[in-house]
Amino acid sequence: MTDRSAPGGRAASAPLVGRDSEPTIFELSRPGRASWQLPTTGIPETPLEDLVPDNHRRDAAVDMAEVSERDLVGHFTRLSHRQYSVDLGAYPLGSCTMKYNPKVCDAVAALPGLDSVHPGAPAALTQGWLATLVELEEALCELSGMAAATLQPAAGAAGELTGLLLMRAFDAARGEQRRRVIIPDSAHGTNPASVTLGGYEVTTVKSDERGCVDIDSLRDALDDDVAGMMLTNPNTLGLFEEDIVEIAASVHGVGGLMYYDGANLNAILGVVRPGDMGFDIVHLNLHKTFATPHGGGGPGAGPVAVAPHLTEFLPGPRPVRLDDPDGPSFGWQTPARSIGRVHGWHGNALVLARALAYIEVHGGDGLLRVAERAVLNANWIRTRLHGTFDVPFDRPCMHEVVFSAAALHRRTGASAHDVAKGLIEEGFHPPTVAFPLIVDDALMVEPTETESYETLVALADALERVAARAEGGQLSGSPRTTPVRRVDEARAARTLIPTFDARR
Amino acid sequence: MPDYLPHTEEDIDEMLGFLGLASLDELFDAVPSALRIAGGLGLPTGIPEPDVLARARSRAEGNGARADRLVCFAGAGAYDHEVPPVVKALAGRSEFVTAYTPYQPEVAQGGLQAVFEFQTMVSRLFGLPIANASLYDGASAVVEAVNLGVGATGRSGVLVSAGVHPHWRAVLATFAAGTGHRLVEVPLEDGQTRWDAVADEADIGAVVVAYPNYLGCLEDLAAVRSLCDGREALMAVVADPVASAVLRSPGDWGADVAVGEGQAFGTALSFGGPYLGLFACSQAHVRRLPGRLVGETLDADGRLAYVTTLRAREQDIRREKATSNVCTNQTLMAVTAAVQLGWLGTSGLAEVATRCARATRYCKEAMSGLAGVEPLTGTTPTFREFALRLPVPARTAVERLAEDGFLAGIALDQLVGEDGDGSADAEAARRGLLVAVTERRTAHEIDRFVAALDKAVR
Repeated sequence: MTDRSAPGGRAASAPLVGRDSEPTIFELSRPGRASWQLPTTGIPETPLEDLVPDNHRRDAAVDMAEVSERDLVGHFTRLSHRQYSVDLGAYPLGSCTMKYNPKVCDAVAALPGLDSVHPGAPAALTQGWLATLVELEEALCELSGMAAATLQPAAGAAGELTGLLLMRAFDAARGEQRRRVIIPDSAHGTNPASVTLGGYEVTTVKSDERGCVDIDSLRDALDDDVAGMMLTNPNTLGLFEEDIVEIAASVHGVGGLMYYDGANLNAILGVVRPGDMGFDIVHLNLHKTFATPHGGGGPGAGPVAVAPHLTEFLPGPRPVRLDDPDGPSFGWQTPARSIGRVHGWHGNALVLARALAYIEVHGGDGLLRVAERAVLNANWIRTRLHGTFDVPFDRPCMHEVVFSAAALHRRTGASAHDVAKGLIEEGFHPPTVAFPLIVDDALMVEPTETESYETLVALADALERVAARAEGGQLSGSPRTTPVRRVDEARAARTLIPTFDARR
Repeated sequence: MPDYLPHTEEDIDEMLGFLGLASLDELFDAVPSALRIAGGLGLPTGIPEPDVLARARSRAEGNGARADRLVCFAGAGAYDHEVPPVVKALAGRSEFVTAYTPYQPEVAQGGLQAVFEFQTMVSRLFGLPIANASLYDGASAVVEAVNLGVGATGRSGVLVSAGVHPHWRAVLATFAAGTGHRLVEVPLEDGQTRWDAVADEADIGAVVVAYPNYLGCLEDLAAVRSLCDGREALMAVVADPVASAVLRSPGDWGADVAVGEGQAFGTALSFGGPYLGLFACSQAHVRRLPGRLVGETLDADGRLAYVTTLRAREQDIRREKATSNVCTNQTLMAVTAAVQLGWLGTSGLAEVATRCARATRYCKEAMSGLAGVEPLTGTTPTFREFALRLPVPARTAVERLAEDGFLAGIALDQLVGEDGDGSADAEAARRGLLVAVTERRTAHEIDRFVAALDKAVR
């Protein structure tokens, strides 16, 4: 058997020197210093007073930092050294699918023929972009088992709201005004927030003892006032909703629509499609499943794909193939009963281009391998750490596993939060903590398919050491090795200093 | 062929053995077999990276409008500004690019501090004390501003100037279907909002005005402030952040909320996204702020630290009672903007805005002599963008000018027509051309452009 003890995938060897704070750029500023350089234009230097009427003109320039280019580079490079990232080490944040982001996708997005194109240019001059969008839409429809998609939503939550407005439009078109949308108690917080903004009321259904939708509780909640149900499958416990066909049939039985939250699609790529499970509306998180870099909190992209009976309501204008043999191959079209625009232009186009490159490099066969390895990695971690932490819903999982540190907490006083901070000292980014809400002291681990066996071993070893330290009561001061130690979040809310100016 | 999956055959066998499974397929036993995809996905098999790049390059060739081939005079919320190599290098650092939302602040101080600096810059630019960590784009920022206004006042009527970008108004209307806001569009005359046209409207929670508006015109914000005072409505200003560098700030005019599109600060045209939604407000509304907010605090050793704060507003905690559903935002574009504004500094920011105004004036004056070409907005002052009425359909002019090497602007009927703007005069829109001139345009380019336009409209 191969020796797996080589510690892999950790950030612990990153050369962070010193523990001083980095001053803000405003503190580095010296009046009169500058780094900007603008092109020679030959345009007459008309004074500003002649260009902007007095009553509209500012009295003084906006006070920004004044730094040399060298200081600018030093500042932001030092800041970058104070930031964990996928490129630095494993990032097993459950529900976030922090897989490796292939650099070829960034290279595609940086092509001048893509990134320097104005979004308002006529279709005849943007055929390459339209082809990119149409081909991505077609691939996403094949992957999700849907008929058509909008690529406009800029993130998962924007996709959710778009989907709910599609529900409204569908309802209105059949002369109804249903008021409720059902979500499970394990759902992401964006689901209920989107339901409210979509003009619906949330009805929460319980999970059963197996961690899945409680069918009886669902049946009790269903009537002809239900517009639909939002569901993640696999759910936020990393478990496949085995009764999905029955769930979908029940919701459809009262005339409701099934909405698929694509947060966990990575587990089932090429294995099973939301459309085949009975879903009518699907949003996909391209920044999760399709490896577009998350940017420290965005940009994302949340395309929404729909079944045939909903295509006429999709946001417009949509990129489409044209039949005219003499004209351009692609154009824009607004569906007959479109809900309207959900983005200022066409969506997060460069994110969409990256996702298409990711799909092309993997192909249908590669995407299936992605799902298989993601599920393999999660189950290996589940089995290996079984006994170190509790597994509240103890059976094979999909792409992620939810442990509970509740027993450890009771025994030692160390919570899931403390375990997370301890793991940072081991050189790993922690799992998601305190979510889903239905598990006490949840630790939600999603290794993703791009982490190696050795990295999984190192991660599991690290979590075992952290648990052992908790047993010894040695976790409370963690982390000690980071640029800052445990951060006082309550103080931040109490004193509220959201800008440098509020500090003074 | 190698891919991004590190598993060897030996790894897989050993891991499956550890799980007591015989095949990878058994990992999916929970999926009902009737639902499983039979025969694989209907997608081509994977291709190597060089082939992917070649295919993308070939598609990109189909984009005649790329800014390195056509000199860009198009704007309408998306501008061809200078982005220096140093900004691309810093904003492209993979520590910023491949990080997640900063749920663990101890290992996310870099991104958090960069966003804190970004918030400070937006706050100063807009003259309001609170700025969030970003929203998706200008359009989504307007939607959130209206939601805040209606939420704060409890009144669902919203007066929206027709000077707000037509696409953004369209997005507002889409989301109002869910929130139930009553949007009342206020028409323009000579590029200025006719507030007297809605004097009878009651139950108004928010008033939205753009400064400058999408036709480039400067609006009378003092009138908007007094309108809001009379109605006890919130004043929301959609500000062009480049213009804000030389214009009185929204906060100075008395705005309660200021929003805008931040693409101009370091983000390429990108075919419309990802861009950067800017959002700032007065102290009174901080607890209704949408999206993330970074605040300063201390760590366990009393050292300065940054963390996302006032989290109780947000969807993951407040769920159906949250003020917004925003989770992922546009942090990388916010960091990019902080770097770009750091590069520009006090003098550079003012210089960019001044140069835009100069170049626009130069272009507008050069066009004033063209036969049959008239300003669409009369004598109303404009900033870095202006609308013309052409003697031919604007789409035709754009087509012809592309052959001469120019992206001449945006045909107004393309902006308003597709979204069915009832207030626009159809024929005027058909012949209307919106032209933007940034600090990148040279006198030589403008001279050639004006000559080409003269030829194209004959």
